[in-house]
Formats: sequence, C-alpha cells, structure tokens
Amino acid sequence: MDGFSLDVEWEMGNELAVLVGYSGAGKSLTLQAIAGLMGPDEGNIRLNDCVYFDSTLKINVPPQKRSFGYVFQDLALFPHMTVNENILYGAKGLDKRESGDALREMISVFHLERLGNNLPSEISGGQKQRVALARALIRRPQMLLLDEPFSALDNPVRREMRKFLLKIRSEFNMPVILVTHDISEAYTMADTMIVYAGGRIVQTGPPSEVFNNPASQEIELLLKSGGLFNYPRIILTAFSKKAAR
Amino acid sequence: MENSILFSLRLSLQVAAVSTVFIVLVGIITAYVLARKDFRGKEVVDMLLTLPMVLPPTVTGFYLIMLLGRNGLLGRPFYELTGLSIMFTWYAAVIASFVVALPLMIKTSRAAMESVDKNFINASYTLGRSELETALKVILPLSKKGIIAGAVLSFARAMGEFGATLMLAGNLPGKTDTMPIAIYSTASSGEWSKANVMVILFTMLSGLFLYLSNKLGKRLI
Repeated sequence: MDGFSLDVEWEMGNELAVLVGYSGAGKSLTLQAIAGLMGPDEGNIRLNDCVYFDSTLKINVPPQKRSFGYVFQDLALFPHMTVNENILYGAKGLDKRESGDALREMISVFHLERLGNNLPSEISGGQKQRVALARALIRRPQMLLLDEPFSALDNPVRREMRKFLLKIRSEFNMPVILVTHDISEAYTMADTMIVYAGGRIVQTGPPSEVFNNPASQEIELLLKSGGLFNYPRIILTAFSKKAAR
Repeated sequence: MENSILFSLRLSLQVAAVSTVFIVLVGIITAYVLARKDFRGKEVVDMLLTLPMVLPPTVTGFYLIMLLGRNGLLGRPFYELTGLSIMFTWYAAVIASFVVALPLMIKTSRAAMESVDKNFINASYTLGRSELETALKVILPLSKKGIIAGAVLSFARAMGEFGATLMLAGNLPGKTDTMPIAIYSTASSGEWSKANVMVILFTMLSGLFLYLSNKLGKRLI
C-alpha cells in the first residue's frame, strides 16, 4: 500500500487512551509519530508545554530526546542481551548506583526475580511482555505508548496482562496510549476510546459512550473531547503522512 | 625448510593480518554508512568500492600505481615531503590487499546490518540511546555473524592476493615476495620441488584457517 494518508487530531489527559480500529487504520503510525520515529508532514505534537513537533515552527525533536516509553508489537527485546541488560539499557542517564536500585525495583514490580541472567529466548511470552514494560519504564518516561503489546499472547495470559497493566498505570501514574484492534480489550481497558478508520478518527469517547452511541454522534463526541481534559495533556493536530509500506 | 619459504610465509601472514585490521575498521564504518544513511551518490560510492572485486587485479594495481607511484596523485607529494616511496615495500602489499579485499568486508557487513530488524533500532532510540550507542550496542552485535564472515573472507583474500600486489609491491626476493608471488617465480624458474612444498603448505594453511574460522564462528554465534 502506498499513498496512505493519516489525518488525525486528538488530545488526552492523564488517562489510558485506547486507539482502536482495523489493521492499517493508522494507529501504529500515530504512535510512531508521537515517539518521533517518523515525522508527520504537517501539524504539531505537544505534551503539556513541551513541543515535540511543529511543522510551522520547524521543530522536530528526535526520538532520543523525547521521553516516551514505547513497547513494540513484537516487543523488540534485544536477543543478545540478558533480561537485566535489556532493562538496564532503558536506564539512560542514571548512574551506576541509581540504575542498580532502579533495576531491583523493576525486577520486583514486574515479578522478574531469578530471570535476570536469562536471554529473551529463554523466557515465556508473558515474562517477555513484563521485561519490555520494565525496560520502557525504568527511566520513568512522561508517557507510555503500547503498540498491540498483547496480541501474541494466549487468552488467559492476555487477560492477566491487561489487569497487570492497569495496576502498573496506577502505580506509575502516567498517561498511557494503547493501540489495539481487539474491541473487548479496548472496552475493558480504556478511559477514552479513539476509534480509527482509514487514517481518520471516526469517534472518540469513554467506552460506554462509544458503545452505546456508535459513530452516529461522531461530531458531538469530537467537540466534547476538546475541553474535557486539563493537565497533563497531549495534543495532536491535523497531521497527515504519506507512508510507503 | 628453506629460509626464503619461511620468509614468504611470514610476510603473507603479516600482510594479510595488517590489511585485515584496516579492512575491518574501514569496512564496518563504510558498511554502516551505506546501510543506514541516505545521501546522494550512495550507490556510486558502493559501486566504486566494489569494483576491485570484479576488475582484474592488474587493473586495480594499475590504478594504485597511478595513485601511489612516485609520480602518482598521492605518491608524488608524499615523496616530495618525506623522500620515501610506498612502491616496492611491504606496505604496498598491504595497500594492494586492502583495496582488493575490502569489498568482501563491505558487502557482507552491509547485508548483515541491513537485515537487523528496524524495531530493535527504533526501540534503542525510544530508550534514549544515541545513534552511536545504538550502532555499538545493538546494530554491531546483531550483525556479528556477517562481520566475522566478512573479516574471514577478507583475510583469506588478502593472503591470496597476487596481481595488484605484484604491480604495486613488485617481486623483490626477501622483501616483497609473498607466498603467491614466490610460488609464481619459483614455478616459472622451474624449481618444481620447492614450488611443490610451498603450494602444499599454502593449501594446508588456508584449509586450517577456514576450518578454525568456521569453528570459531559457530561458537560465537
């Protein structure tokens, strides 16, 4: 597919927003734009007062300088590093003692005791998931971005991980954007659901609202979302990107 | 064994080892730039660096003479500055081996680096790691297999270098006669028994080297 264009505008507060839609709707592309892995053609991306991207001001902060924890769909755990090394790789900017303390904390929060010296290939799917989360969170990013992180898991493990993620979110108290094409996942997890279709947003709102009044109240819901949230908030406006796939 | 044979053997190993050190350093950096960067003329650079692989070594040697000879583009200022010429020294043999074997290193390393999953690189960036850190801690370790293969092939090619070496370093007994060159002059002067010993020695050495590198490669990977 080439000539795909994404044109979205939304904002969120300190909450768990779920981007939901069919594969190829532009959900992952949105996460990549927020993280700085690809630059939109135009628009802007802001977190609180910090501008990460602004096409008119020609600002484009590189991904290294944005503080977003990112968990990829395939997790992208480094296969040549142990669990400990993977987690510590995320501890950029911490000195040796700090990162040692942070590692111990992550190991305990994510229940990874006794796995520290294993390679990713030697642990289970659920454990890999927790390592990926620990690696993304060790330096306490401002926000967590999750790209279909549970899609490769068996049902019971997936349900467990969903519960675990909600617990983690309340513990770390940071906004989370979760991308999924699983409607029930969106329904059970989301504070706000943002429904994507064909590179556009067709509906935004709390899951109950979206489910009770699907798509028909599209405009009303979009207007409402503008004033709902105050601090912290991330704002994305009208950007589009032609992405070659 | 005759001293001249030992000399040639030692010289060949020395030339191959020194040129491989430079090949690995230059090859990894070049392969990284070609694999990861986009710039105008990138494929032209790649083509120029690959040419010595397909050109007859004598043609490569001829270009090197034009460049490094006493009247060459770089050779003349170097001679005027230092009073020295690179031609007909073992350094010249190193340069010839370097130029001829470098493409093997670049090709294999570039392919290995290009096949590193982009998500690993993106993950490293989102974890706040710079491009250099990402290259050293993620891309290079994950391309290890190709880099080792490239280094082994380059070393073997450098050991066997003949044509360009002969053009640039000449055939000076006891000075620049590497094994391939010594074998050539021994055989052409009809010293068959000596040539026999050298050929068998060289074959055994190359075989042993390939065997060890395969074994080492398996253990490392």
